[in-house]
Amino acid sequence: MATRRPYMRPMAGWWRRNPFYLFYMLRESTAVFVTLYALQLLYGVYTLTVGQAAFEAWLARLQHPVYIVFHALALAAALLHAFTWFNVAPKAMPALYLGTRRVSDRTVVRVQFVIFFVVSAIMLGVALGG
Amino acid sequence: MTQKTIDIEVLRYNPEKDYKPSYQTFEVPFADETSVLQGLQYIKDQLDGSLTFRWSCRMEICGSCGMMINGVPNLTCSSFLRDYYPGKLRIEPLSHLPIERDLAVDQTDFLQKLESIHPYIIPKENQSVEEGPFKQTPAQRERFYQYSECINCLLCYAACPQYGLDSDFLGPAAMALLHRYNSDSRDDGKAERMPIVNAQEGVWACTLVGYCSEVCPKGVDPASAVNRNKVNSTLDYFFRFMAPKGAAE
Amino acid sequence: MAEQSMPNQSLNQSSQRSLKRSNEPVFWALFGAGGVVAAFLLPAVILITGLAAPLGIPSPELFSYERASAFASSWAGALFLFIVISLSLWHGLHRVYHSSHELGIHRGPLLSVIRLVCYGTALGGTVLSAYWLIAAL
Repeated sequence: MATRRPYMRPMAGWWRRNPFYLFYMLRESTAVFVTLYALQLLYGVYTLTVGQAAFEAWLARLQHPVYIVFHALALAAALLHAFTWFNVAPKAMPALYLGTRRVSDRTVVRVQFVIFFVVSAIMLGVALGG
Repeated sequence: MTQKTIDIEVLRYNPEKDYKPSYQTFEVPFADETSVLQGLQYIKDQLDGSLTFRWSCRMEICGSCGMMINGVPNLTCSSFLRDYYPGKLRIEPLSHLPIERDLAVDQTDFLQKLESIHPYIIPKENQSVEEGPFKQTPAQRERFYQYSECINCLLCYAACPQYGLDSDFLGPAAMALLHRYNSDSRDDGKAERMPIVNAQEGVWACTLVGYCSEVCPKGVDPASAVNRNKVNSTLDYFFRFMAPKGAAE
Repeated sequence: MAEQSMPNQSLNQSSQRSLKRSNEPVFWALFGAGGVVAAFLLPAVILITGLAAPLGIPSPELFSYERASAFASSWAGALFLFIVISLSLWHGLHRVYHSSHELGIHRGPLLSVIRLVCYGTALGGTVLSAYWLIAAL
């Protein structure tokens, strides 16, 4: 009778083993930018409560190239988050039915993108349209 | 006419002799229709009779021959050597599972988990033969059908890093089958299965990597089974005091 | 035997016997709500406050103190900012916490510290944003 000695392979570095995992880690890393941006915006709200000088100093600081680069990266991260979020949302939502017909995952994804563009357009219109 | 050959690199492990697994390369002749499984059978028949691997049906039904082919979980019966030529193949046992010998993994953990979810219909009341069958409309059947296609091949466990990091996680296929029975109109066993869903080892070990659904050879979407049950578990968590027996549908 | 670890089957069997309800639904619900907010709202919000405002595009007057504080001190504006800030924090920090597990910190005091810092920051950000926004109303 042969001896049993099951071998477990180590997991260290697992996310580098497959492009799918690498993209997953990229998706998860968007959270870092979401967090940092939210803290940055929280600070902006704080300056509003302090007064005009504090707010204008904050806005002036944001003109520094480091902040511009940070916000450009945060924008890219937020877009990647949105893209991946809309795509996996059908997996987390209860299956939708119109009558007896199942609404396809692709339809659910597309509807979210349409809402995203409409909502973004409204926000940009209100904020930048004057 | 000389036949084309391809190099197959196989992860070998003999628990009686080897401290850890190592690769061995074989040169295998192949034709257009030669499957990866047939390549392994050629090695066993012609080159090294000690090579150990599981297989049975050769047609994507039994779920025995799942292995890592160049790092991707696949059924070897429905993968073909021509698709890897002129490169080579590296074949390993399914990731995240203990290697028993060569390409055969230990399936015990999954089988115990499968048993734990009560993978059978638990009717509200048993019906005698005279009373006839439990009836179901096509629309009711549609709600669980894809999940019932699972052949227990374990490719999804090899795809799931969360299972690899912590094998306490119930895992994709067992959760897909749990969801299959919970979604069946003839079943009334949800209350027995929800404690598994609600546990850390249930749905909460999942972070929706989503690779399980990508690799499934039968078009099952285990990621949706796990993540729809996160919604069910959350509703159950907040509304358990209002509706004693699982408010979520 | 450094590299090899034996399969953890005894642990598995014991955990099957004593299944404990997880409190994760609380954090997952906040994570999910934050994920929706971040997906639908953050790209435009970042474009406005992070790029358009400091660069004064299309015109610097749009980002004056008067206009910004008028927005933040309206009920709708305050609610909008509160939702964006607090839920983005719950979303982002939940993911950061789970990544620590993925990168190899599975248990022990370090994981507890990371958990405390992540959810503590999210809770702190929620309280502070509510406090400052209510103060500005």
